[in-house]
Amino acid sequence: MDLTIVDLSRLQFAMTALYHFLFVPLTLGLSILVAIMETVYVMTGRPIWRQMTKFWGTLFGINFVLGVATGLTMEFQFGMNWSYYSHYVGDIFGAPLAIEGLMAFFLEATFVGLFFFGWGRLSKVAHLTVAWLVALGSNFSALWILIANGWMQHPVGATFDPISMRMEMTSFFDVLFNPVAQAKFVHTTSAGYVTASAFVLGVSAWYLLRGRHVELARRSIAVASAFGLAASLSVVLLGDESGYDVSQNQKMKMAAIEAMWETEKAPASFTLLGLPDQSAHETKWAVHIPWVMGLIGTRSLNTQIPGIEQLVAENEDRIKDGLIAYDALMQIRAKVKTDAAKGNFAIPADLKKQFEDHSADLGYAFLLKKYTDDPLKATPEQIKMAANDTVPPVFPLFWAFRFMVALGISLIALMAYFFWQSSFRGLRFPRPALRLAVWMIPAPWLAAELGWVVAEVGRQPWTVDGILPTALSVSHLSATDLAITLVGFVALYSVLFIIEMGLMLKYIRKGPHEDVAETDAWMDRHEKRLTGGVLTPAE
Amino acid sequence: MILHDLISLDVLRVLWWFLLGVLLIGFALTDGFDMGVGALTPFVGKTDTERRIAINTIGPVWEGNQVWFILGGGAIFAAWPPLYAVSFSGFYLAMFAILASLILRPVGFKYRSKRDSETWRTCWDWALFVGGAVPALIFGVAVGNVLQGVPFHLTDDLLSVYTGSFFGLLNPFALLAGIVSLTMLLMHGAAWLTVKTEAGSPVATRARAIGSVAGFVAMAGYALAGLWLAFGIDGYHFAAAVPADMPSNPLLTPVDHAGSWLAAYGARPWIIVAPVFGFVGMAMAIRGLKSGGEVSTLLWSKLGIFGVISSVGLTMFPFILPSSTDPKSSLTVWDSSSSQMTLFVMLVAAVIFVPIILAYTAWVYKVLWGKVTEAEITGEGHSY
Repeated sequence: MDLTIVDLSRLQFAMTALYHFLFVPLTLGLSILVAIMETVYVMTGRPIWRQMTKFWGTLFGINFVLGVATGLTMEFQFGMNWSYYSHYVGDIFGAPLAIEGLMAFFLEATFVGLFFFGWGRLSKVAHLTVAWLVALGSNFSALWILIANGWMQHPVGATFDPISMRMEMTSFFDVLFNPVAQAKFVHTTSAGYVTASAFVLGVSAWYLLRGRHVELARRSIAVASAFGLAASLSVVLLGDESGYDVSQNQKMKMAAIEAMWETEKAPASFTLLGLPDQSAHETKWAVHIPWVMGLIGTRSLNTQIPGIEQLVAENEDRIKDGLIAYDALMQIRAKVKTDAAKGNFAIPADLKKQFEDHSADLGYAFLLKKYTDDPLKATPEQIKMAANDTVPPVFPLFWAFRFMVALGISLIALMAYFFWQSSFRGLRFPRPALRLAVWMIPAPWLAAELGWVVAEVGRQPWTVDGILPTALSVSHLSATDLAITLVGFVALYSVLFIIEMGLMLKYIRKGPHEDVAETDAWMDRHEKRLTGGVLTPAE
Repeated sequence: MILHDLISLDVLRVLWWFLLGVLLIGFALTDGFDMGVGALTPFVGKTDTERRIAINTIGPVWEGNQVWFILGGGAIFAAWPPLYAVSFSGFYLAMFAILASLILRPVGFKYRSKRDSETWRTCWDWALFVGGAVPALIFGVAVGNVLQGVPFHLTDDLLSVYTGSFFGLLNPFALLAGIVSLTMLLMHGAAWLTVKTEAGSPVATRARAIGSVAGFVAMAGYALAGLWLAFGIDGYHFAAAVPADMPSNPLLTPVDHAGSWLAAYGARPWIIVAPVFGFVGMAMAIRGLKSGGEVSTLLWSKLGIFGVISSVGLTMFPFILPSSTDPKSSLTVWDSSSSQMTLFVMLVAAVIFVPIILAYTAWVYKVLWGKVTEAEITGEGHSY
């Protein structure tokens, strides 16, 4: 096993996924915000709402194409860089990806063209339907991707097949209704809605600061702050934590995020700040808040949360148990290899029983492959080292999580303030608040990227929790191959990203195409209608 | 869930082999003309307006069409995990070249018209050219290599080890297949342009000229490849009887690398219809390009592509990805699929969603029906 290959593959995945996720959250949220704006237009007929739809729609389009471009890599990268992973779990992991294409991406991609090209060809209601279908497609897309990702975090509804040497699906419904996947879906899409809200809010605030497009900007802020407040509350309250107590490795992730080295008496205290030291198993200068961790982690006062050391000890036992399954697997393989020529693929009952009784821990035995080619010959020290490897890097998790939460809370405050001013203060926004809104535009992106780090680094050393170690998941490639594609993708993405930012800024500076005469004419008609004035047919 | 036992594993495997073909052909028929138009744009359009006309014929639809490719990747992952794992890690740099080229397309279409600079637009024209021509060429090269067998073997843990090199992929037969694939899609793109641009306009006229030459090269290349297969390339077959519902482990099936692929035409004579469709479709498409046919030309071109791609699949059946260095590692329909449950779940999903997709795609094409004219793209609106 070559660690350079593993590291390069991980670096490439992190790079391509983090790039992809610069564009996806905005797509998720902006598709809905645009559809909401168009709904208001269709319901009221006020031209300004159509102008808003078109303006935010243009920015949506510039962002959308890079989501599509970077998404292409994601669909094929598993096969390219993670070939063993693809073989090992494709039976389960591939299905949500394919259904994503069938149910969601086709919908989104087919109608997004019509959204831009269909203004003159479709009735108002038909065009509105198209806008909503694009939004629906984007969000369904996220659902299936997160079902796939949720399975990596908490693999349910599957079992290992010793002949085909891979995981196979036993219940599609378990995969579909995986609690971790459901929590992730709500958390991630809400984060996307916050991103789009902060974007619309910030850009509109910039217009107001310059006294441009005032009517359009104020309406945009009203929509974005209401949507953003609901979404930001949902991100935090329905956060990922709800899924952390469902399995051993999710418990390990939580313990690592909290730098909880030892099991505390319930309810555990929460470490607000500190400097975790992984080798010494201690957190320096820790600031504790009593009880809070127990409350967040278990929603109770008397359930204990296991600390890292306790979990490592348990994992050592699981490695030993996994070796029994591994031993059975090797015997089954030898037997089937000779029998297959006779057309016999049956597994002897005693081996089958030995395997099945211990197969839940098979993945733990694979952790030993880092230290020895034959896990059955592993020394007790190697088993101890492998058990220690089940602790993800604590320091980055601890801090990434805290920064993410801080950003999340500040976004709630921002949205709440603007919602209050929009709803109860007659859309009056003081200039310092507007300036703050502009500066806060990057905040949700930063939070989303940190969230990815927490979720994926927190899952280490596994690609699929407890099933397949990351180090075994890679393809048989040379470091040169990986270096070429890594440099290639970084260069290509960076150039495209710079071009995208340039165009975004150009179109934001240019501003919406506001037809003031059209809007005024509509307002006159509207007022006449309200005051019972007579309309001439020409109007 | 017992439902998935309703259809036996061997039947599910054949259905998913068939659906894999449907997806690849769906991709070639729809996104194929997008790639063709992308590759033709710098040549059929001499002025910015002409190029914009060409680009706007596919502007609203290419994005949906490309999903056939993405769905193809997803479906291979879900239904044929070993194929997904072996092919993409094996054809590694070729795959990177495809992705890098395809990535240029979404941005190229969307961003080209967003600045008024000539350099800017010329750059994107060539980006779109690369995004169309390079994948079209490499897909063919890949098929050419698959027909010869690919140098890989599977370890006892079923890790795929590819032992060839990137330049090894560029052998003469594979390059011939690449040329067939590229010229076939150029012909298809030209046929699309004749439908979507005004008859007699410079774009349509140039498309007809280039498209009919490309079609002729594709047809001649396809015939040559057939002869080459008959006399110059060994096929693969099972060395012993293989149960069609056996567990998915390629190493358990003995394979010989000898004899001819074309023996399939003796065993299943009806498959001759595929190459016949291929030749007739291409010949009629060339005739239509020369004689002024529009929609009919596009339909003939589709028939030709359908024939060519399905002839490859039918000739190789049940092989999917043979190994030249370790034949028993070859991936076949009987030993490289997903589990019965996954194939069943995916089949249900496909049966529900494919008709829905076809319905709304047809509706979108209907809404967008009509020729792209100069007046339309120079007027106000969202043209590219």
